[in-house]
Amino acid sequence: MATLYGSVHLASVETILSAGVFVTLMLGVFRGDRSLVPLTWVTVFILALAGVHLAVVPAAGATGFGGLYIADSFSTFLKVLILGGAAVSAVLALPYLKQSATARFEYPVLILTGALGMCMMVSANDLLSLYVGLELQSLAAYVLAAFHRNEARSSEAGLKYFVLGALASGILLYGVSLIYGFTGTTSFTALHAVVRGHGAADIGVLFGLVFILSGLAFKIAAVPFHMWTPDVYEGAPTPVAAFFASAPKAAAMGLLLRVAIDAFGGMTLDWRQIVTFVSIASMLLGAVGAIGQTNIKRLLAYSSINNIGFALIGLAAATREGVTGVLFYMAVYLAMTLGSFLCVLQMRGPDGEPIETLASLSGLSRTRPWLAAGFAIFMFSLAGIPPLLGFWPKFAVFQAAMDAHLYVLAVVGVVASVVGAYYYLRVIKSVYFDDPAPAFAPADSRTNSALIVVAAVFCSPVGMLAITPLVAAASRAAAALL
Amino acid sequence: MTFPVLSVIVLLPLVAAFWVLLAPGSNDGRAANARITALVVTLIELALGIALWVSFDTSTAAFQFVERIDLFAPFLSWHLGIDGIALMLIVLSTFLMPFCILASWTSIQKRVPEYMAAFLLMETLMIGVFASLDLFLFYVFFEGGLIPMYLIIGIWGGARRIYASYKFFLYTLLGSVLMLLAMIYMVSVAHTTDIPTLLTFDFAPAVQTWLWLAFFASFAVKMPMWPVHTWLPDAHVEAPTAGSVILAGVLLKMGGYGFVRFSLPMFPDASVELTWLVAVLSVVAVLYTSLVALVQTDMKKLIAYSSIAHMGFVTAGLFVFNTQGLEGSLLMMLSHGLVSGALFLCVGVIYDRLHTREIARYGGLANNMPRYALFFMLFTMASVGLPATSGFVSEFLVLIGTFAASTWLALGMTTGIILGAAYMLYLYRRVIFGTQDNPEVLAMTDLTPREIATLLPIALAVLWMGIYPASFLTPLRAPVANLLARLHHAAPPVQHVVPATAAKGLAK
Repeated sequence: MATLYGSVHLASVETILSAGVFVTLMLGVFRGDRSLVPLTWVTVFILALAGVHLAVVPAAGATGFGGLYIADSFSTFLKVLILGGAAVSAVLALPYLKQSATARFEYPVLILTGALGMCMMVSANDLLSLYVGLELQSLAAYVLAAFHRNEARSSEAGLKYFVLGALASGILLYGVSLIYGFTGTTSFTALHAVVRGHGAADIGVLFGLVFILSGLAFKIAAVPFHMWTPDVYEGAPTPVAAFFASAPKAAAMGLLLRVAIDAFGGMTLDWRQIVTFVSIASMLLGAVGAIGQTNIKRLLAYSSINNIGFALIGLAAATREGVTGVLFYMAVYLAMTLGSFLCVLQMRGPDGEPIETLASLSGLSRTRPWLAAGFAIFMFSLAGIPPLLGFWPKFAVFQAAMDAHLYVLAVVGVVASVVGAYYYLRVIKSVYFDDPAPAFAPADSRTNSALIVVAAVFCSPVGMLAITPLVAAASRAAAALL
Repeated sequence: MTFPVLSVIVLLPLVAAFWVLLAPGSNDGRAANARITALVVTLIELALGIALWVSFDTSTAAFQFVERIDLFAPFLSWHLGIDGIALMLIVLSTFLMPFCILASWTSIQKRVPEYMAAFLLMETLMIGVFASLDLFLFYVFFEGGLIPMYLIIGIWGGARRIYASYKFFLYTLLGSVLMLLAMIYMVSVAHTTDIPTLLTFDFAPAVQTWLWLAFFASFAVKMPMWPVHTWLPDAHVEAPTAGSVILAGVLLKMGGYGFVRFSLPMFPDASVELTWLVAVLSVVAVLYTSLVALVQTDMKKLIAYSSIAHMGFVTAGLFVFNTQGLEGSLLMMLSHGLVSGALFLCVGVIYDRLHTREIARYGGLANNMPRYALFFMLFTMASVGLPATSGFVSEFLVLIGTFAASTWLALGMTTGIILGAAYMLYLYRRVIFGTQDNPEVLAMTDLTPREIATLLPIALAVLWMGIYPASFLTPLRAPVANLLARLHHAAPPVQHVVPATAAKGLAK
């Protein structure tokens, strides 16, 4: 029992979140949809409480539940991002949900469930706990995508996400079974030793690895498993799209890092080819695909594909600097993406109905100058123009790639960043250069406005002051893997 | 701890930009506040720039006024310092800024606070480029300049402003990102981002070529050199007057500064090896763009092409590796900054009255705008390179330098000077002389006191530089000698260099 107690204590974040899911669910069931607002704040409180308990994680890292679960500085770093992203996603939805008449209490509960799954993902130390965490997160996400259940677009997004997600899960599981069949273990720790012993010679392990990577590539929306992203982002309610683009990306990226570096660290040369290809393809397709978009949510979907491609450069480097770069990237990416979606949430017509076309942003700088400045900061930041903060994670992964002698990858990366800059500039052009379109409804939520300000200041050059502590934390986290 | 004068000169406009943007009040009140704040701050900057110049120790090539704070570890540090070359370019930047503000005083009526804030931000970034002693800090300033310029062209520009702003942004960005990779490589080899250390670091010759080419991609676009110059005429034509002044006056100098600060001293072997490339591109630029300038019907476009031709002189002079060539090129950067800036201001003066840049619409301005004709003539002559103007000294030094290196190169350059005289005089004749058939032109009034205040100081500076260039050459001497020693150390000069006494005597 002592070990069980130790395990539960180690996993106190997940324990709190699980309890929180039950509590919020019960409260919601008994008090109905009018409890949406209090429930949201309860959710934020639970997420914060879980965040406080990250402090119990031992610095050296420890495993629990018979080696299925691991808590180390790597998982802690990502859990901070996940809990933060989930909390912001829960809060930013309030005005939207109230307006859209789908003010159902399940929204914060599902976000909390997703956060639980994500925390389990980044703490997985076994292919099975990996799968459980991933599925828990995905199931919450499927429901969220179809949250506007009366609306065809939203239902379509949910269905699409579910079918493709189930396929990806199947692929992943097939990979897991292959790995188990050829190595006799599912534990990352054991896999690490076995793979190192086998080397790259074992074709069966290689097949299993390819399937697992494919499944995970679906979750981070990397090319060629990205097709669902624009449709789901467009169809899902905007707050849900913001959620999809933020925390789950960080969690899945963390999972990918742990699987690649920790479990399959002995096969770096094999998976590096795959990651390099996926990275290049994501950067280029993300950049080119966004050019023709007229819907801001689709544009941001391609932007996230593009950004994931950049982050993968750090993984391809497979060094401590590279992993540091990826973690730093995800932290900044989260702020930029949530900030952009918060701005998109402000795009509402006179009756409060959401507007999503790029054309409606025309001349925003005349009608809503501060919102326009927010768009400008997030777009220049996503484009990676110095001195905005968004430049520095790109810089970090390029540095890692150059140090690892991946020159071709780095050159393709910078060229893709120039192509990508074009469509970010298109948004800024609409906002600043064009003649004003009909003005949006005035801001309706102080909380959201405050969140935009915080994110914008962080992404602005002021955020450069955060480089030193963030990179130090990311580097400590990377040290847990390498 | 000494007074951090460079940090102040870099950050003051930034602070002012925030004040201009955030100041409360009515639209008119904010506009007036923006204009006055911008003018006062740029004048303070000018005073600071002159103070730097006065207190600068010209006897050493070492960096002065150095400040260093490790603020953004592990990526970069706040590390500032200047040598004579950087000093003169900072003085040039601070000198031109008040005139940009004055030139926009009445011609910019929409979104004045944003406009002034963009210019103040631009000043921070320009001075930052010249004052950075950290590789990546330099990159941040170099690249950050794209954002305000993109907005200046895109918001306050002419009819095709959107096309021009995209072209400007993406062209320069593509060049710069390759340089970024080269910088990252350099740091991974040399383990420092410190420019003074990198200046004496010897990279392997085989690698130097690649690094040189990557830097070349960035600086050649910025300069701009033929054949990657096509963004410049578009950007110049569409930008508002003050934007063109800053583009021609300072932004183009960043390319030349980059060659002097990075390409030449950090990759001396590659520089020597690839001299032919620069020489060929320079000659083509000088001849081709001069011919193109001859057939322009748009005043701003004509001056834009003349800028490219002058930049061809600069690059040719930089890569002949002798004192005259280098000093001439640097002086030409200063001179061109003043002259082309002033020419764009002159175009702005008549554009504000008639709202067209078509040369054919003007004519006979000498009759109703005699003062204007006088100023325009002075700057035309300076552009052509008439003795007693700044243009002459710099062109002459470059010619001596190129002649020592290659007579063919000098032949090409001299032909360019003749063509330069042709297109500038042709422009002057069509605008200032001739008959007036356009009643609107006849009704145009001569320069206002504000416009005279804008043009007169630049005219005096042009004459000063032409009559007594030693004031401007003295701070350049030590860094140029230092640079040459580095170049000759890496690759001894093959050509016989003409004894420099004659040229030096002339330059003094």
